[in-house]
Amino acid sequence: MSTTENPPTPEIQLEPGALRHLAEAQVNVELDTGDMILNLGPQHPATHGTLRLVVRLDGERVVSADPIIGYMHRGYEKLTEYRTYPQITTLVNRIDWLSSFANEVPFVDAAERLMAIEAPPRAQYIRTVLTELSRISTFYLFLGEMALQVGALTPAFYGFRDREYVLNLIEGATGGRFHPNFNRIGGLKDDLPWGWISETREVMQKILDGCDVFDDLVAGNEIFQVRTKSIGIVPGELGAAYGMSGSNLRASGVDWDLRRDGRPYLVYSELDFKVWTHPDGDSFARYWVRLQETRESCRMVLQLLDQMPSGPIMAKVPRIIKVPEGEVYSEVENPLGQMGYYVVSKGATGPFRVKIRSASFSNVSIMPWLLRGVYVPDVITILASLYFILGDIDR
Amino acid sequence: MPEEPTEELAEPEQPALTDEQMALLAVFEAELGDGVVEHADALGTLVVRIRPDAWRRSAEVAKTKLHCDYLSFVSGIDWQPMVAPGSDDEGGSDTSAPVQPTETTYGVAGSTGRFQVFAHVQSTTKHHGITLKTDVDDDAPSAESWTTVYPGADWHERECAEMFGIGFEGHPNLRKLYLPGEFEGYPLRKDFALLAREVKPWPGLVDVEAMPGDDAPAEEVEA
Repeated sequence: MSTTENPPTPEIQLEPGALRHLAEAQVNVELDTGDMILNLGPQHPATHGTLRLVVRLDGERVVSADPIIGYMHRGYEKLTEYRTYPQITTLVNRIDWLSSFANEVPFVDAAERLMAIEAPPRAQYIRTVLTELSRISTFYLFLGEMALQVGALTPAFYGFRDREYVLNLIEGATGGRFHPNFNRIGGLKDDLPWGWISETREVMQKILDGCDVFDDLVAGNEIFQVRTKSIGIVPGELGAAYGMSGSNLRASGVDWDLRRDGRPYLVYSELDFKVWTHPDGDSFARYWVRLQETRESCRMVLQLLDQMPSGPIMAKVPRIIKVPEGEVYSEVENPLGQMGYYVVSKGATGPFRVKIRSASFSNVSIMPWLLRGVYVPDVITILASLYFILGDIDR
Repeated sequence: MPEEPTEELAEPEQPALTDEQMALLAVFEAELGDGVVEHADALGTLVVRIRPDAWRRSAEVAKTKLHCDYLSFVSGIDWQPMVAPGSDDEGGSDTSAPVQPTETTYGVAGSTGRFQVFAHVQSTTKHHGITLKTDVDDDAPSAESWTTVYPGADWHERECAEMFGIGFEGHPNLRKLYLPGEFEGYPLRKDFALLAREVKPWPGLVDVEAMPGDDAPAEEVEA
């Protein structure tokens, strides 16, 4: 596929007596090389799934990069038109599969707002705890796995190992490690099991200790810093115009977190937490922000467990859920960024149209701009630092 | 759970716009004049319907005058009532999908026709969000592209174009995003049937295989 042509033969004029000058002759040759097209994916260990990145290289530098997505397109927006609201919570679990509980929450929130019902306080608290546990689970994996992309093997094992504790917690409460399908319109399916709260406190301490290890081993590592600092700088304004959100945007200095700044949802208004930003906007900043956010989420979970009220976990909802006519956009701060569901209802048992606004779709759309002029290994670093999930891009 | 009678849920009242929403709307009306066709409130979010020739201008207004630097999404909607699956069988035994109303109604802020393009923008500094809608022509649907205002609209418009068949004037490269190149049809239109239901009607018949050694032929059991 290379378009490299043979370099043209240089023109040398031989004059009489020129042979003895040939040794000193200056040969002026213009090497005309073409760009090489490198196909990263769709099956590639660094692309987190079936992302195909067609890069044109000039030597080791990227001239242009074109992400081709859609290998995992499952047609969610069409499928939601054929499902009832409770059936859709099963579907949307699978959009961002590393933090599945967090995908259900905005959809159920949208349906509840249209129905003008509110889940009881205990249910809201448990939802918040499980959302933050999903955030910890996915960020903890990121902390280990970005180091893997950059070239370190050990942090990846730490990431998977300690994350198992969090997944066990989620499984203990909901029955599913990855796809809990635990939210119901009006509340939750079940209450927490006995002993879960004390176990969660222990696990949060383990995660906080693990974050300290990552801070020291990875973020404090000279090689990691050299590989990630000043790589893939995204200016905050441009990121916002592209729709980049979440930790990626906060790492570019934009102080915006829907848990604090958006419409109040779940119980974040009753929590005391800090929103972390970093001014640089490079890959190291994105790693650093997620590290701090993991720690912050652990502290939030501990606060929530202290404040957890008792009570019912399900509001009074009719047996067959019919959502009144209306439209609502419910956007939340998901681990990957900002996720939103624009639900259009016509009073039936299922929605008329659901527009699923997924975070990774917009995070990845900045890649053609971001990858110009970087070296090939830095492409992998940048992909790792943007942290997208293919199910979230492709829906 | 005890049996509960299905209740009629109360229709939520249409609330008046809040002061903040009125202020946002006032800027739109000042800049676009009669480019603002209609406005409404969708449970706390201001929805403004823009005349098609002012679509790109409304994005500029949102970005420059209303501090809406963040693009959430740009997408489309098809207001035609959904063709109920199985409605062309005799008997209509397909009970899979929820039954939607058969008359065409338009949502919040209305519409002039079947297709609409709608978008949501937010402000990272002022923390407000606005939904903008515009009508597109039914026969040759097309809207102005927002890519010069919000570069992120590039991929959103590509997806909208391939899913609804809506063109975007001024888009640099309107090629397919999710679908393979040779795909025909526009999947998110209401008249595009879901392939899975065409291939295997619902409810599917269950074939019961005979146990090995049994001479009984395979039975067909209604699911």
